[in-house]
Amino acid sequence: MRQGVPEGSLSTTFASLQKNALARWQQERSSAKPVITVGTATCGRAAGALDVVQAFQDELERHGIDCPVIEVGCMGHCYAEPLVVISKPFRPPICYSRVNPVIAQRLVREYILGDDPCLEFVLGALEPNDLIPSFQDFPRAAYEQKLLLKNCGHINPLDIDHYIANGGYTALVKALQSPPAHIISEIKKSGLRGRGGAGFSTGEKWEVCNGAQGRPKYVICNGDEGDPGAFMDRSILESDPHSVLEGMVIAAYAVGARYGYLYIRAEYPLAVEHTRIALAQARKYNLLGKHILGSDFSFDVTLFEGSGAFVCGEETALISSLEGKSGMPRHRPPYPAVSGLNGKPTVINNVKTLASVPHIINRGADWFAGIGTETSKGTAVFALAGKIVSTGLIEVPMGTTLRQVIFDVGSGIPNNKNFKAVQIGGPSGGCLPESSLDLPVDFNSLTGAGAMMGSGGMVVLDEDDCMVEIARYFLEFTQRESCGKCTFCRLGTRQMLSILDDITKGKGKLKNLETLERLAEDVKAGSLCGLGKTAPNPILTTLRYFRNEYIAHIVEKRCPSLMCRDLLTYYILPDKCERSCDACVGSCAVEAITPNKQRIKVIDQDKCTKCDMCRVACPVQYNAVVKLSPPQKVPVASK
Amino acid sequence: MTRNSFPQPITRQEEVEAKQKTRRVLKGFTKKRANLIPILQAVQRKLGYLPRIAMAEIAIFLDIPSVDVYEVVTFYNQFRLNPPGKHSVRVCLGTACHMKGGYITLDAWERRLKIKRGDTTPDREFDLDTVACVGCCTMAPVTVVDEKPEAKVEPTKVDGLLLAFEREKQQTSEKPQ
Repeated sequence: MRQGVPEGSLSTTFASLQKNALARWQQERSSAKPVITVGTATCGRAAGALDVVQAFQDELERHGIDCPVIEVGCMGHCYAEPLVVISKPFRPPICYSRVNPVIAQRLVREYILGDDPCLEFVLGALEPNDLIPSFQDFPRAAYEQKLLLKNCGHINPLDIDHYIANGGYTALVKALQSPPAHIISEIKKSGLRGRGGAGFSTGEKWEVCNGAQGRPKYVICNGDEGDPGAFMDRSILESDPHSVLEGMVIAAYAVGARYGYLYIRAEYPLAVEHTRIALAQARKYNLLGKHILGSDFSFDVTLFEGSGAFVCGEETALISSLEGKSGMPRHRPPYPAVSGLNGKPTVINNVKTLASVPHIINRGADWFAGIGTETSKGTAVFALAGKIVSTGLIEVPMGTTLRQVIFDVGSGIPNNKNFKAVQIGGPSGGCLPESSLDLPVDFNSLTGAGAMMGSGGMVVLDEDDCMVEIARYFLEFTQRESCGKCTFCRLGTRQMLSILDDITKGKGKLKNLETLERLAEDVKAGSLCGLGKTAPNPILTTLRYFRNEYIAHIVEKRCPSLMCRDLLTYYILPDKCERSCDACVGSCAVEAITPNKQRIKVIDQDKCTKCDMCRVACPVQYNAVVKLSPPQKVPVASK
Repeated sequence: MTRNSFPQPITRQEEVEAKQKTRRVLKGFTKKRANLIPILQAVQRKLGYLPRIAMAEIAIFLDIPSVDVYEVVTFYNQFRLNPPGKHSVRVCLGTACHMKGGYITLDAWERRLKIKRGDTTPDREFDLDTVACVGCCTMAPVTVVDEKPEAKVEPTKVDGLLLAFEREKQQTSEKPQ
């Protein structure tokens, strides 16, 4: 029925759109004028990118220079925000890092007006050249392969023409001209697996939905990225929303869906705004709506804001949420592909899965299947956070080892500290120690070590981080977010949390560790959805690899990393404290520090809130404030 | 899901106003159960919170028991049962912020404002809450004050931010004279 597409007309309609877009793009980028692009995704904004945009505009106006300032998305180098790229004719595009309004003024005067590229602010050039080291010379370039993040930070996410000019929506045109069965077999052949964490074959999911009875069918994009420390989906939706939309339309065509939902967390206001604008633009160009590009295929997408519940990342919970109920998961099967939203066949895919689809259609299943490992194809996007030099977004082929990701792409641990563990997969993943660093990252290899790839959050921990506290933190999160449906998840997580609380306060007992292990297995077995099944992972992995830390907390009442507040005291070393210095006294928020008769500062332990301010304030040449664990170590101070 | 705060009583005038505003918002929606969450979001955008009267109005509109509305409101973290303060304080407790002492910052706010997370000060100047992650992990610990993310908020910076609000308040109260 849907193959009755008058093929010629479809491509001509799109060709005119493409021609317009290309003309606009070339006029903007390849003219004799310089072009400034500023990264204004959430990470850039937090670092002050909007002030930088304003400063550029003011300064350009003052000098009467005609030069567009374009707001683009995130380039992934979040550690160096705000990022600015200046392209001048006959010069390579140069990327400047940590730009502030003053630097912006200087760049206008010295590089745009003059011809001094201000090397002191340069992060790198975007193209290889003889003048400035380019991104291709960075160690990370050897590992990175940008597919989903290719357009991020390059195009203006609010302009559909930018996306089309960079090859956007060509996959949709190609898809609309072939039968749905062909698209499904291509996706199956490519080996694409769901990027939300479970890793189910996308092609198989579509095939089941395509064959399922019931109308209308739905396609849902799952952008409810709730893991603390993960921001891949947010970045893609903010910086390249059309790639996700294009993937959705192709998915809808393949399974025969009429309606779609984009489910985005309300905590991501910018992603919501950008997607809303993208939807309106796509409708205007007839890439969404009735008779897409003049074909017989109609599909429209509604934006739905999630209301802040971690469990709604689970597909059946997300569906209940869309139906206006509490987000409680239900039993599977029937899988949503057979009976989902309103009991109709529904395909739910993660943002990154859908964003991969256009690339597969355009460049073929064999090309995609050539990237990655035997069982996991394509690239993986990770959000690097925690104690790592280059925090931000990276994209590497599946099968890259953790060591390469952390030490080569992420540039290692700051401040000469030692690596301790990497927490991968968010609250459902686990903590892996140094010995697991040579494992390749894909869907299967990490499960043996007790972790999972998850959706792509990666938090690096160094020697100052307490593993018991990390396990407690993640469990506190899952315990609070447990929906309460399954008894084991509801009560089991609570019980485990109270045991961990006791251990971090020095009230634990050795037999608690066995109880923890038993409870963890029971919660895993007795829970319906992914939240409960994976919630014990942080505990199990820390118990497996860092048991000695638990034992130190329980037996010696000591926190080896000096992090658990109930097990440590702050103490000012009298022989190091400088009599004329009052830095710590001023820094204390609760006035717990007073000088004694010799003007040596003494901490009143009853008042001290252990906020670490005095240790930070103490000048490095004295370093008199130390943390001691267990607290009994503190000598009785003379007043 | 656990909640810290229960609905506090509001004045008669506030109640009437809330009822009118809720009805106005409801005009933009069709009577479908699937609209419940978008309606709640729209009402909260208008009122800043969801008082009991608004929930009752929504229940009548959708022809569902009001306990169903209450269930949904208390299930999701986004919905508030109490009026917000003039300034909103959101302490980020994402992983990166936690590792760099976000919980210490939260303690400092709680101590200074004399309220617990999820509550509003009695004079409705400030409300304090936590967020899971605002994605500015490089600037941890982060506190979002009135939509603006503040970087590296340690206990002394908490005092500084509060002092700035106090001075601003003094200046505005002096101006009319």
